[in-house]
Amino acid sequence: MDFALTHEQRALADSVRRFCERHYDPASRRALIESGTHFSAENWRAFVDLGWIGAGVSEADGGFGGSAIETAIILQEFGRALVLEPFVGFAALALQTLVALPVGETRDSLIAAILAGEAYVALAHGEPASRGDIELCSSVAEETARGWTVSGHKSLVLGGAIASAYLVSARNGEGIALFLVQAGAAGAVARPYRSIDNHLVAHLHFEAAPATLVAQSSVAGAAIAAGHAQALVCICAEAIGSMDVLMEITGEYVRTRRQFGTTLGSFQAVQHRMADMLVELELARSTLYYGLANIAVSGPERGHALATMKAVVSAAALFVGRNAIQLHGAIGVTDECIVSHHYRRLTVIAALFGNESLHLQKLSELRKPIWRAEPMEELL
Amino acid sequence: MNFDASPDDDRFRADVRAFIESDLPGDIQRRGRHDYHSSRADVDRWMKILNRRGWSAPHWPVELGGTGWSALQRHIFQDELRRARAPILDRCALDLLGPVLCRFGSREQQQRFLPPILNGDSWWCQGFSEPGAGSDLASLTTRADLEGDHYVVNGHKIWTTEAHCADWIFALVRTDQSVKPQAGISFLLIDMESAGVTRRPIWSIDEGLTLNEVFFDKVRVPAENLLGEPGAGWSYAKFLLTNERTTSAVVSHTKRDIEQIRHLAGSTPTPSGLVIDDPAFALKLARLEADVFALEWSVLRVLLAADGDTGTAAVSSLLKLRGSELSERAALLAAEAMGELGLAAMPDPDSLYRMPGNAAMPPIVDDEAIGVSARAMFRRATTIYGGASEIQRSIIAKTILGL
Repeated sequence: MDFALTHEQRALADSVRRFCERHYDPASRRALIESGTHFSAENWRAFVDLGWIGAGVSEADGGFGGSAIETAIILQEFGRALVLEPFVGFAALALQTLVALPVGETRDSLIAAILAGEAYVALAHGEPASRGDIELCSSVAEETARGWTVSGHKSLVLGGAIASAYLVSARNGEGIALFLVQAGAAGAVARPYRSIDNHLVAHLHFEAAPATLVAQSSVAGAAIAAGHAQALVCICAEAIGSMDVLMEITGEYVRTRRQFGTTLGSFQAVQHRMADMLVELELARSTLYYGLANIAVSGPERGHALATMKAVVSAAALFVGRNAIQLHGAIGVTDECIVSHHYRRLTVIAALFGNESLHLQKLSELRKPIWRAEPMEELL
Repeated sequence: MNFDASPDDDRFRADVRAFIESDLPGDIQRRGRHDYHSSRADVDRWMKILNRRGWSAPHWPVELGGTGWSALQRHIFQDELRRARAPILDRCALDLLGPVLCRFGSREQQQRFLPPILNGDSWWCQGFSEPGAGSDLASLTTRADLEGDHYVVNGHKIWTTEAHCADWIFALVRTDQSVKPQAGISFLLIDMESAGVTRRPIWSIDEGLTLNEVFFDKVRVPAENLLGEPGAGWSYAKFLLTNERTTSAVVSHTKRDIEQIRHLAGSTPTPSGLVIDDPAFALKLARLEADVFALEWSVLRVLLAADGDTGTAAVSSLLKLRGSELSERAALLAAEAMGELGLAAMPDPDSLYRMPGNAAMPPIVDDEAIGVSARAMFRRATTIYGGASEIQRSIIAKTILGL
C-alpha cells in the first residue's frame, strides 16, 4: 500500500491540470454554458487523444492498462476545473459497464468505438423512482418478430442529451438485461435539460423503441453494478478536487478580505469554521482511498467501502460547499463567483447515485466485521 | 499510489493474534470486556507477559527495549490488543515519558527507569496541568529551586491521571523565574513517596477515580532526576505531544466499541424486535461506522506517509479532534443500545477506590454491558483532555490553513 502518486500518476495529474488551465479557465467554461451546448467536441477529442477515456481500461480491451486510481486522478483534476463534459456518464458509467461484460462482438465493438471517440454512449439505467438505488428497473423489453424493443422512462441520464446511442437496462422476463438503442430511433424520445450544476442531462422515454440485446440478464446486473462502482469513485474524486479548490479560494479570500479593520481570517469563528471544513475534506479523501482500495474486490467488501465513501463524501461536499459560500458572504451566492458553481456541482454529486442516507442504509445492512482478516461472509 | 494489502502485514497480524489468544489470561480478558479502567494488578501481570516476549514498548528504540516494527505493524499490534480486550497499559510511562527518556534521558536515567516500566514494576503519572495552567500550559507556577544537590519543589498539579496509584511523576516545573515563561521550565522526575507529596482524589463524572490533585510542599528531589537540560522542559513536552501523532485518534478503541454496540443492540429488545433493527438507531450506528472507517484510513495515511507528502500534516492534525468526538459518540451510542439499562449508574464494583454511597448494581450479566454507562459519562472528557477541541481547531487554522 502506498499513498504517494507514482511518477506516471503524477505526470497524468499534471497533464490534466495543464489541459484544464488552458482550456477550462472560468471564461471558457462560461462560454460553453452560454452557447447552450455544455459540451465541446474538441475537448472530448482531446480526452480521447490524451488517453484519458481509456486510462482505466485494460490493454486487452484497447485501453491503457490503468485502474480506477488513474480515472480518479483525472476526475480530481476535472473537479478542480468544473469540467462540464459527461466524462462520468460516458467514460465511467457506460464504458465500465461494458468492460465488465463477458467478451463478445457487440461489447467489443462498442468499447472500441467509445475509446476511439467515434461513439457517445450513455448508460440509461436510473429511473424516476430510483433515487440512486441501482436495484430498481421497471422498464421492459419485448422480443418481437423484428427483434427486441424497450419501453420505459430513464431519468437524469448523464450525457443523454448528446449521446449517439443509449445502453438501456430493461426487464425481459428473466431479469434485467442490457440493450442498445440508437439515439433518434423510432420510439426513443430524449428530453434534454440542465441539472443545477450546468451539466446537460436528459430524461429518456422509450416506447417500443427498437433495441439490440447487448447482455443477458445473467451478466447485466453485475456489469451495471461495476459501472456504478466506477462512477461512484469518479464523482467522489471529482468532489475532492472541487473541495480542494474551495479550500484554496476561501483561504485566500479570508486572508485578504478586510472588515472591521482586520482580515476575516483573524476572527476565531472564521478560523474554526475553516478548520472544520478541512477536517471534513481530509476524512472524505481518506474514504476515497478506502473506496479505491476495494473497488476491484468482489463481494460485500466493495459495497461496504463504496457506501462508506459515498456517505462521507456526500456529507462533506455539502458541508464544505455551503461553508465556502458562507465565508464569502453575499458574493458567494452570485453566478459570477466560481464558488457558487462549485457548490452547485457538489450539491448534485452529493445526491447522485444515492445520497448520504441511502448509503448509510446500505451500510447498516452490511455490518462489516470491524477487524481485518475476518471475512464478511461469517456475518452474512 | 496503490492500495494492495501486503501479505507480510496480514501474516504479522495473524502472529500477534495467535500470541494474544494463547497468552492473555482468561480472567484478565473477561474483565477487559468491562468498560472500566484496567486495574493495576491486571496491567502488571499482562505487562510481564508482554515483556517476556519483548513487546512491552514496540515504539521504543530497539536498544532500549523496542521491537523495530514499522509504524503500520505497531498500529496492527494496537488493533489486535483492542480486539482481544487486553488491559489498557500505562500510557503515561510507555507513550508519554518513555520516548522522552529514550531521546533525552542520560544513560543512567535510562538504565534506572526504563526496565521497570517495561516490566510493569513502576507506574508513572504526568504532572503538567495546574489550576491556573490548563490549555495555557506555559503559565505554570510549580517551582523547583536548586539547593545544593537537590531541587526543592513547591506547587500544585491537577488533573493528574492515575496519580493515586503511581510510583513516580514526571512534572514540568519552573526552575528559572527570570526568563520568559517557556524558557524557565524544566522536566523533573519525582518519587511519589517523597516527603511533602500529597495526593487528593478528584472523583469524576463516572464516579470513578483517575484524576487527582498532587501537592508539593518542600519536596526534595535529587538534582540527578532532572531530565536533559535545565530550562528545556518545554521542548521535551512538545516532543512528547508529537509522539501522540496517531495514537490520539484512538481508532482501534472505537472499532472495539462499534463491535460492542452491535452486540448490545443485537441483544436488547424493543417493542417490535431488537434495537439494532430500529431504523433510526441503525442510521446513527452506520454514520458512526462510516466516520470510524474514514478515521482509520486517515490514520493509515499518516502511518504510511510518503516523505514530503504535504497532506500528512493536515491529516495528522485532525486525528485527535475527530478521534475524540467519535470516541465519545461511540460510548453514548453503546449506552443507548442497552435501552433503559444504559441509564443505570455502574461504578466499578471491583475498584479499590470507591466513592461513598449506595453500591447496588443493576441486574446485568453480559460482560460487554458492564460499565457502559460509566464509560459514556467518562468519555465526555475526550474533547477536553490532550488539547481541547477549540485548541485543536486553532492549531489547524494556524499551522495548516495559515490563518
